[in-house]
Amino acid sequence: MPNITVRFFARYAELTGCDTTAVRVSGSSATVADVLARVRETVPGARDLPPRPLAAVNLRQVKLDARVEDGDEVALLPPLSGG
Amino acid sequence: MTYLSRNPLAVDSLLARVQSPERGGTCVFLGTVRSDDDVTGIDYSAYDDMAVAEIERILGEAQERWVNARVTLQHRLGLVPVGEASIGIAAAAPHRDEAFAACRYVIEEVKKRLPVWKKELHADGTTTWVDPSGRPHPLTPSPQSGEGERIPR
Repeated sequence: MPNITVRFFARYAELTGCDTTAVRVSGSSATVADVLARVRETVPGARDLPPRPLAAVNLRQVKLDARVEDGDEVALLPPLSGG
Repeated sequence: MTYLSRNPLAVDSLLARVQSPERGGTCVFLGTVRSDDDVTGIDYSAYDDMAVAEIERILGEAQERWVNARVTLQHRLGLVPVGEASIGIAAAAPHRDEAFAACRYVIEEVKKRLPVWKKELHADGTTTWVDPSGRPHPLTPSPQSGEGERIPR
């Protein structure tokens, strides 16, 4: 079962009350969407995250159907507003 | 010079990284915090590791497109008061067209891709998360509603 570190930023960190958590997802073909679903189950406040937030795996933005592997870092990103 | 800084931007440092005798055109872009409504400043936060990686990717892409140009940038984090720059980009090339084009490419990609977030600080002490279009984030209470968060002073 892949063990995934999940990071929250800005508004999402406020919603969840934390910057980082860890979740386990089942199966060798787990995706970011599976991680997101697990986060909603286990992290208070995460149910208020939007249905399809921006996400990154290991510092690269990805779609929610991207695969995750054991040890990956998944980040959930509020709408970007740099510059 | 680092790509992310909590100190005021130094344009001279940006220029020193891109200018050279063979590059006759230099373009500098500064994004500064506007005095919209009752905004007194913007608190910038980032996913630092990804922001640096993304900046390196964006600058690498610019380098590939305009091979004779040199481009760099610095993005400020933390509280930036109205009138101060939150981002500085410098591009130098043999001729101005390449310098302008490379500079424009980098700021547009930064706007689309950099994991950085703005929290506006208002004169009444409330704060508002901002989305890229400049509208308040839909998950954030309106400062007019009286539910905005107060920044500890």
